[in-house]
Amino acid sequence: MFAPDAESLAMKPLATKHLLAIEDLTPDEIHRVLDAARSFKEVNNRPIKKLPTLRGRTVVNLFLENSTRTRTSFELAAKRLSADGINFSASASATSKGESLVDTAQTLNAMNLDMVIIRHSFAGSPYILTQHMEAHIINGGDGKHQHPTQALLDLFTIREHFGHIDGLKVAIVGDICHSRVFGSLAPGLRMMGAEVTAIAPPTLMPAAPEVLGARSLYSLDAELESFDVVYMLRIQQERIERAPFPTLREYARLYGIGRDRLARIKPGGIIMHPGPVNRGVELTSEAIDTAQNLLLYQVNAGVAVRMALMYLLMGGGQDASDA
Amino acid sequence: MPLMLKNARCVDPAAGMPQPKLCDLLVRDGQIVEIGQPGSIRTENGLQHDLGGKLLVPGLVDMHVHLRDPGQEYKEDIASGGAAAAHGGFTAVLAMPNTKPITDSGSQVTYVLKKAAAVTRTRVHVAGALSLGEQGAALAEMGDMAAAGAVAFTDDGRGLQDAGMMRLAMEYAFGLGRPVLSHCQVESLVGNGQINEGVVSTRLGLAAWPAAGEEMQIARDIALAKLTGAALHIQHLTTAAGLEMVRAAKAEGLSVTCEVTPHHLFLDESALDETYNTNLKMNPPLRTAADAAALRAGLADGSIDCLASDHAPHAAHEKAVEFELAPFGTTGLETSLGLVLTELVATGQMSLAKLVERMAHAPRRILGLEPVSLAHGSIADLTVIDPDLEWVVSEEGFVSKSRNSAFIGRHLLGRATEVYVDGYASLDKGNVVEL
Repeated sequence: MFAPDAESLAMKPLATKHLLAIEDLTPDEIHRVLDAARSFKEVNNRPIKKLPTLRGRTVVNLFLENSTRTRTSFELAAKRLSADGINFSASASATSKGESLVDTAQTLNAMNLDMVIIRHSFAGSPYILTQHMEAHIINGGDGKHQHPTQALLDLFTIREHFGHIDGLKVAIVGDICHSRVFGSLAPGLRMMGAEVTAIAPPTLMPAAPEVLGARSLYSLDAELESFDVVYMLRIQQERIERAPFPTLREYARLYGIGRDRLARIKPGGIIMHPGPVNRGVELTSEAIDTAQNLLLYQVNAGVAVRMALMYLLMGGGQDASDA
Repeated sequence: MPLMLKNARCVDPAAGMPQPKLCDLLVRDGQIVEIGQPGSIRTENGLQHDLGGKLLVPGLVDMHVHLRDPGQEYKEDIASGGAAAAHGGFTAVLAMPNTKPITDSGSQVTYVLKKAAAVTRTRVHVAGALSLGEQGAALAEMGDMAAAGAVAFTDDGRGLQDAGMMRLAMEYAFGLGRPVLSHCQVESLVGNGQINEGVVSTRLGLAAWPAAGEEMQIARDIALAKLTGAALHIQHLTTAAGLEMVRAAKAEGLSVTCEVTPHHLFLDESALDETYNTNLKMNPPLRTAADAAALRAGLADGSIDCLASDHAPHAAHEKAVEFELAPFGTTGLETSLGLVLTELVATGQMSLAKLVERMAHAPRRILGLEPVSLAHGSIADLTVIDPDLEWVVSEEGFVSKSRNSAFIGRHLLGRATEVYVDGYASLDKGNVVEL
């Protein structure tokens, strides 16, 4: 049977059955996930990327909110571990016929699944699944609450780049108050010993960013040179009425990174973004294409991190035959 | 048939009994005809009930109840709501007008009153809507509703947003001699708010609902009470700052009263956690622990006139959904008294006399209902309380059609065992008596 490496095979499985929030993991467990991800990342660079690790296991992507990127990443992760993956998406699902999430959960549960990844527009929906299903549940993003696998792949990216996370100064910039990415990443970074600063206009700041482990700052320019990581959040380009800032132009001017701010990022510092980028808003093309921007590295790491998580949640070294 | 209640420990500050006093009490033709020392009343034919030292108080009134009838009888109806009221120790309730359709005409008031008379012993009073369809755009026929028996007016469920319309509504209600009950909330500040704005909304990623929206409308309505002379009653107060405004209005001599719910007294936003319990989703939302403490103090010192449950039943399938999709509200009729007895009376924060004032006398006074007291000549609306009865709030224990209680699992001390309306039992030995 495949072993990512001798050490990680010997790793204990995770204490938690599900991953609903980043706090479900201890800092030590986060390191374990990232260690395993490193091994899987190496596998992903091979010509033949498929491992028999989760052969016979059934993984469902329950995506009740559109997301091509995250779904594809989970789908690839499951396939590369030889799990049988099913996509259950919003348009095809019964939810559009008025079936409740509880009914969907009970229906899927009756099909004996091993793992469900849920993405949904409403906070707390993964918890509902845990109450009605036997399967392992991974939160693939729930409303404005959390997106823990994004945080894990971000932590992986940061750890691989710097060799450590503790002591780093990280700025997270943009739509803090509507961001599930922030909801997982800020506490995740704090757990790992980094110092987190949330940067946004007050209209995009939640009531109490400190409970998520971040201090707040309203200016991107004030301390830009001091950050090791500048993490740009995606801006929702939606309604104009009661928009939290006057125009995208002004937002880009105050909180976007272009040539000038790029030059001020400290040597060795990096830019990150969960994607997809609004080119010219959060980042100009120059700030996207620079080697300091690890956006595509994050995407690449995402598959490996999700493989690691599935592997460890489903019992680590145990494979289907001896489970 | 006469009814003799023996060995009751009577509490009624309005009848000179602020401390429990052991009495016998004789009821005939729906009235209290005699009250005196145990054994002092000549026994005659009729029902005799030895209360064995249980508490006897004037019948309790819950002036904020959603009976869901007409239109949402799968959640509750007048019969089941009336039964739940009796089960919780209440002799009377005030039904809110946000039914389907909205209770905004005389004929609809008549529907509720007639049906109530036919299906429940509990006295059901009706609040009519202030504005047509609670849309806030035109006055509802308040005169017609008052003639049909509506005792108060409110757009409960939402606040009347336009200040000019609210002024008109308050002036008009003033002319009819009816109080205006105000659900205070600036909707543009609430947006799609789910819970109180603060640390919990941030942690749980739920849209935030600032206290300021409630406080601004309390301030507005107090100013309008001054302008119009109308009797203003602030519904389900939730914040310390709102309470201060009511205190100031009372000090100024304005006709302003207010109520508080058990959930805003005995729960706060910290009860909300990663399990996203939809029974804790209310409108207005649970606020901070400091707010709840201020409200408890306000109820004890009388700044808050009365307790009202905002009984808001919802079917199980409506609450078994994602938090952001769930309807607002918790049931309250059957837990209200037990919570106050346990959390305020047993802990010494509030006397029984004050409980009687806040749960029996004040609501009647605010609504202009006939007073009830443990005295000769009073109507025999009575509540018997066993203060030593320990019980646990459970889904199985409700007679309401709905079980969406925020207090499931709470251990409580004390509950009503008998309720009499017009001298007839609506609750006997803890069991609801069918009409």
